[in-house]
Amino acid sequence: MSLWRQITYGLRWLTNRPGVDREIDDEARHYMDEAAAAFEARGMSPEEARRAARMEMGSAIGVREQVRDHGWESGIAATIDTLRHAARRLVRNPTFSATAVLTLGLGIGASATIFAVIDSVLLRPLPYPEPNRLIALRHSAPGIGIPDLRMSPSLYYTYKEEGRVFQDLAIWQGGRVTVTGMGEPEELPSLYATHEFLQVLEVVPVIGRGFVLADQERKGAPVVMLSNAYWQQQFGGARSVLGQRIVVDGNAHEVIGVMPDSDFLDRKYSLVFPMVMNRGEVRLIQFREDGVARLKPGVTLEQASADVARCILLAPSKFALNSGFAANSFTDARITPSLRTLRDSVVGEIGRTLWVLMGAVGILLLIACANVANLLLVRADARQQELAVRSALGAGWGRIARELLAESLLLGIGGGAIGLGLCYAALQWVAASAIPQLPRLSTISMSGVTVAFAFCTAVLLSLLFGLIPVLKYARPRIADGLRGGGRSMSQSQERHRVRGALVVAQVALSMVLLVSSGLMIRTFLAMRAVDPGFSHPENVQVVRVSIPHTQVAEALQVFQTQEAILRRFETIPGVTSVGISTAPPMDGGNSEPIFVADHDYGEGRIPPVRRHRSISPGYLSASGTRLVAGREFSWSDLHRGLPMAMISENMARELWGDPSAAIGKRIRGSANQVWREVIGVAGDIRDVGVNQNAPAIVYWPLVQKGADGTYGARRNADILVRTPRAGTTDLVRELKQALALVNPNLPLAEVRTLQDIYERTMARTAFALVLMGVAGGMALLLGIVGIYGVIAYSVSQRVRDIGIRIALGSPQHGVTRLFVREGLMLTGIGAACGIAVALGVTRLMDAMLFGVGPNDPLTFAAVFAGLAAAAMAASWLPARRAAAVDPIVALRSE
Amino acid sequence: MEEPSTDVIQGTLDLLILKTLSLEPLHGFGISRRIEQVSRGVFKVNPGSLLTAFQRLERVGWLDSEWRQTDNSRRAKYYSLTKDGKKQLDRETADWKRRTQAMARLLRVEG
Repeated sequence: MSLWRQITYGLRWLTNRPGVDREIDDEARHYMDEAAAAFEARGMSPEEARRAARMEMGSAIGVREQVRDHGWESGIAATIDTLRHAARRLVRNPTFSATAVLTLGLGIGASATIFAVIDSVLLRPLPYPEPNRLIALRHSAPGIGIPDLRMSPSLYYTYKEEGRVFQDLAIWQGGRVTVTGMGEPEELPSLYATHEFLQVLEVVPVIGRGFVLADQERKGAPVVMLSNAYWQQQFGGARSVLGQRIVVDGNAHEVIGVMPDSDFLDRKYSLVFPMVMNRGEVRLIQFREDGVARLKPGVTLEQASADVARCILLAPSKFALNSGFAANSFTDARITPSLRTLRDSVVGEIGRTLWVLMGAVGILLLIACANVANLLLVRADARQQELAVRSALGAGWGRIARELLAESLLLGIGGGAIGLGLCYAALQWVAASAIPQLPRLSTISMSGVTVAFAFCTAVLLSLLFGLIPVLKYARPRIADGLRGGGRSMSQSQERHRVRGALVVAQVALSMVLLVSSGLMIRTFLAMRAVDPGFSHPENVQVVRVSIPHTQVAEALQVFQTQEAILRRFETIPGVTSVGISTAPPMDGGNSEPIFVADHDYGEGRIPPVRRHRSISPGYLSASGTRLVAGREFSWSDLHRGLPMAMISENMARELWGDPSAAIGKRIRGSANQVWREVIGVAGDIRDVGVNQNAPAIVYWPLVQKGADGTYGARRNADILVRTPRAGTTDLVRELKQALALVNPNLPLAEVRTLQDIYERTMARTAFALVLMGVAGGMALLLGIVGIYGVIAYSVSQRVRDIGIRIALGSPQHGVTRLFVREGLMLTGIGAACGIAVALGVTRLMDAMLFGVGPNDPLTFAAVFAGLAAAAMAASWLPARRAAAVDPIVALRSE
Repeated sequence: MEEPSTDVIQGTLDLLILKTLSLEPLHGFGISRRIEQVSRGVFKVNPGSLLTAFQRLERVGWLDSEWRQTDNSRRAKYYSLTKDGKKQLDRETADWKRRTQAMARLLRVEG
């Protein structure tokens, strides 16, 4: 009740001040009238009575003030007044205010942007209920040297049947399917998942139902779920889609439901299919799926790992071994769980990069702050006399401090607002540029947390840089201030020292940022300089063509279709070579253990896994991969189904010491395959990224004739077309037309150039480089402005001093040198501190660097030299003005 | 000859106002007048303090106020006691009695 009154009365007062004042006045006047009337009644004259009443009452205004200063709201009113005055003072100084607000805005904008990215990528939980209980089921197999092993159906059943820690678990796989019968054939990204998938994630279909066990065991007609986006785009979000049939890879599938979202762990999808499996047919070793599980409440990752480790040992007794594998190959692999939360498995290693960038923009923000603090100092200096007068007239320390702080608070808030605007624009850019390898990109947005971050940063910083002038000026030595503004004296040494310290800090921080960006540049250059193993990727157009079973049934026909497509593509003007591969360079790839005929890996042991891809003749020249020894596959080799293979140079050297020695040797992918003869050795490809060692690669022919005489073909493959016209829409249109001539029902998918793929592997470095570069550049700019400002101010303060020097015959360049030396000294101290800090800090960047050490002397030296040159220029400009001082004018101005 | 008037004892102004208003609603000057009269001129209330006290007591919810016509047909702000105000009056009265009795006992012993 009384609290309610406090609030309503206070608000009424704040919103309707004149009304409330009038009421208080009315009451006071009534009181006075009554008092006067009473005096009159005692026999005084009206005049005397009125005067007596007034004497008793005191001043009417005094009473009003006394009455109204009472509530909580008067404190707010005073604050508002202070802020209003501060705002008016800032508006009267537009240059100062704009500079300060913009500087802060840039700093806050940069930090808020990185913070928003960190918030979206690292901090915000996955969009599922209780995401902390969701884990990715991953493993490693130290016994056969595989650091990251996925899931297998055998382990899926084992964990389901024996596990004690899972509430539910599912395995899933990404894939691509062709949808026909609705306009042009279309290749769509899809997911295959076991029936528990939705329960594990605890998501509910928007309409319809999720999968059940019967779907997985294919008891009824094939079923499919649509992603929300595909449902909206293809069916306009109509409920009538339920029960409709769509033709996927030539088979009708009944639509049973719609998923609430359209991507799973960064993987966009349009369709979800139940993973069709039969427990009876599952063999022990087949690690191709990803596993996702929901832990029971309260189970930790360690407990889960222990339980999974126990389950793995049970698997061999539950499932038969694949034929062709030695009896103890599963146990020899020593499969161990490496579980991690689902979020960690998505985010991966980008976290460290992001925190380093956050550190960088944080430093930038501090530099911006130092600049603003410097500006405020200059301003407070100019106002020193005014402040001293007010102080002499009785303005309290608190009051002056409040006013100074109000100004910085307003600057901070203005900077925060501009920063948020910049952040919003930058996030649009980040989202639009679709930086690959930045996980959860689709979720990047400006959240309430980011706004709060920007706001808190703005307020905290304004207090930080606002305190410096407050501490220096709020309690001015009145005598100093009043004695004519320090005009006749050389300026206070102490004040100059604070400003110098700020500049030193600025230079030191800039040094750290510049060294970091220098290291990023060196990294980027080093990565560009690495030969990826293929040439002129900008001239290679890559398109994906999948040939579904329903279009072409026979394996040999698939191959013949592919050959026909290649022949067509070859005739397109400007095309110099074409080739086909199950994966273009640097675009991932499968690995399998490769048996080598003349190498004995021990009884029943599995040989090391190698990357493999199946290629057509012409692939090497289309991709620009060197042929080191032997020869390429020829079309007649493939037509005859000869058992051949090619390997990469590093593999040849590892096994036989020399590429040419590899020719004629025999290898195979598993114990029940035919031996294949190595006919050629190709140059190494940096398939995992230019900053990683080139992996060993085995090239199989695109079509293979098995031991039983049947053919095996690759239905999903990328076609590489080498032509200077790569990347043009004309070329893509001609490719489509050529494809349609071979088979009008085949879609052309994933159109990109090899350059796109190559650059994507460096995208994270490029992203870090751009941000570091921007931060470094801005730091340099702010640092230069800082030095310039201090020297210019120093010159303006010492005009008289200079005048005397010149009058006494000091040469002009001597004066110039005096000030340049001051600037260089500040820079030198700052750079020295900066180097010391950078030596420690750049170590944090180690994981982001390539081809350059964190303490690379060349980078340090170059940055130091650059900074010194910039500082020289920044102090020379104002110093030159000092030399131009006319001694007569300077001395007369006193 | 009148006795010299004294300022209201610190902290008792609230009690005096509440007590005065417990009889009937009054405006500011009326309250001040009543206090002077009943205390036979011992207590003289400072108008500024009085008006501030009204503001405070109204905020805590012990008083209500209302603009009304006076007997001589002028507008004045009349204060009246709320239910909470009555309770507060009882509390303060009891408290005050306890204090004065203790004070009286002390003075008797000293005397």
